[in-house]
Amino acid sequence: MKTLPIPAERLVAMLQAMLLIRAFEERAEELYALGRVHGTMHLSIGQEAVATGVCAALRPDDYVLSTHRGHGHCLAKGADPRLMMAEFLGKETGYCRGRGGSMHIADVRSGNLGANGIVAGGLPIATGVGLSIQLRKSSQVCVAFFGDGAANEGAFHESLNLAAIWDLPVVFVAENNQYAMSMPVRKSMRIERISDRAAAYGIPGETVDGTDVLAVHAAAGKAVDHARGRGPTLLECVTYRYKGHSKSDRQRYRTREEVDAWRQRDPIAQFRSRLIASGLLSEQDAGLLEAEARTAIEDAVQFAEQGPEPDPATVVDSVYA
Amino acid sequence: MPATRALSYAEAIREALRQEMRADGRVVLLGEDIGVYGGAFGVTDGLLEEFGASRVRDTPISEAAITGCAIGSAMTGLRPVLEIQFMDFITLCMEQLVLQAAKVRYMFGGTTEVPMVLRTPAGAGTGAAAQHSGSLESWFVHVPGLKVVAPSTPADAKGLLLAAIRDPNPVIFVEHKLLYRTRGPVPEDADALPLGTADVKREGTDVTVVATGVMVPRALAAAEKVAGEGISVEVLDPRTLRPLDTDTLVASARKTGRVVVVYEAVKTLGIGAEVAARIAESDAFYHLRAPILRLGGAESPIPYNRTLERAAIPQEEDIVAAVRRVVAG
Repeated sequence: MKTLPIPAERLVAMLQAMLLIRAFEERAEELYALGRVHGTMHLSIGQEAVATGVCAALRPDDYVLSTHRGHGHCLAKGADPRLMMAEFLGKETGYCRGRGGSMHIADVRSGNLGANGIVAGGLPIATGVGLSIQLRKSSQVCVAFFGDGAANEGAFHESLNLAAIWDLPVVFVAENNQYAMSMPVRKSMRIERISDRAAAYGIPGETVDGTDVLAVHAAAGKAVDHARGRGPTLLECVTYRYKGHSKSDRQRYRTREEVDAWRQRDPIAQFRSRLIASGLLSEQDAGLLEAEARTAIEDAVQFAEQGPEPDPATVVDSVYA
Repeated sequence: MPATRALSYAEAIREALRQEMRADGRVVLLGEDIGVYGGAFGVTDGLLEEFGASRVRDTPISEAAITGCAIGSAMTGLRPVLEIQFMDFITLCMEQLVLQAAKVRYMFGGTTEVPMVLRTPAGAGTGAAAQHSGSLESWFVHVPGLKVVAPSTPADAKGLLLAAIRDPNPVIFVEHKLLYRTRGPVPEDADALPLGTADVKREGTDVTVVATGVMVPRALAAAEKVAGEGISVEVLDPRTLRPLDTDTLVASARKTGRVVVVYEAVKTLGIGAEVAARIAESDAFYHLRAPILRLGGAESPIPYNRTLERAAIPQEEDIVAAVRRVVAG
């Protein structure tokens, strides 16, 4: 095992972030199964290395734009799981006062400009965030997460082109989890790599193993450096979602074997073993971290359940500023 | 009285942009051909020279991206004013405008603001046919989170645009192409007119004609014509379509007891439907002496041929006829 080029506490923090995301989503799924959630959700279980590796390369004042599958981005960017869980349960105490739900969680103060229910909906907005950073002469960057499905939207093309011609400080992170709902990537595009499309805009493109948090982190770090001063990058992270697209998914489009094969490459198990092998953690430490993550989520569930329901009289609050 | 001088509607808009850009470094312009070209209708002429290419930004033909660009920059500290070259092209901005700009504040529990303006020339009368002549404002009036403004005079255009830029919400600013060259007194000062306030353009006692955009000068001409017949017409311009100044509409309807609503957009579900409904739902209903009448655009795309195009849009003589009809009862 070669030495890891990142300080130990940051590596452990990355594992903690991944554990927190997984604990949040496993608990969210349970709450859903118990009938305690009104609405739907999109779980990113299996994709934790992408959100974690990318956000670990960001500064607190950098921005992210997330997707419908956004719990991981939100937590990795520093959100409070209590306010997230309260939002998930539709409570007044949630990030969005129960108006947004799972698909629209935003934590503007930590630079998270929101999950987005529209595929590729955040990409045009990211160009504007980039423009504002550039005109304010700030050294911030903006990361726009999107899925493989979004890469076939017109907004993807328009946004990458605009960011490219104006050298905007935006990192476009394609989370290729193999399926746009049921449509496999291999059927929805003729190219092997989404990142090949970067050439069409004259910007750097890279594909990394999205189950390897350190690979993601290294590539994201390079893209973020490039963004601070030079311009956008298209970074593709190849990953897999273990769960269905949403709660209605009967998963007729893939086999059990395929899912199991990807589970063998689980990003958390991989990274956990790696940290143990490098002597940074013991089995026992790792177990403690897992327990800590579950406790934090239990605390979040308690906070959420105690929160009040929004008052019906406030239904039109905040439509306008 | 503030000092005024005569400007065209286009010049008044340009002056509002210039004054606000001088006063507020956060204001930037985005749009197709707004720089060297000066905008398809010349509205931004000269602004590139004064403010430079970083604040007067020519964009590629990417309506979705530039709308999102306005949204994202507005959410993070700028005050973008986006020009969409023809209102018809706003169809290419719909997702960003309706699902993002209008909703992010609400979805995020009031934790963000989208202080952007989308300016766009609308309307027929230039022979531009079915894909460059639309009046699509009522689509946006239907969307909570957006404001919709449609000025009819140079002074209103300036004052309302200043208000729109300073407003913390996304505002669709609908300019009528046929009004660009019309002239009128415009204040020199950069004072905003309040959004959501209707204006009585002519006082009268027998009939209220509620008119928007280019229908306002037509309604005023019609009012002048029937004045000779002893019919006193009040011409009321809502100016802002969302929020709509219901109080002023209702007060006028109560006073005159007769209402004609004139607008260029397709008649079905145009702004006249909402105006008529708000009056009918109010106590002005008991003062009505005739059914409320709507004059709107034909139930067709805008045709190319000059005679057909004219026939598709309410004209002065149609307003005169409608006024006579409601007065005859």
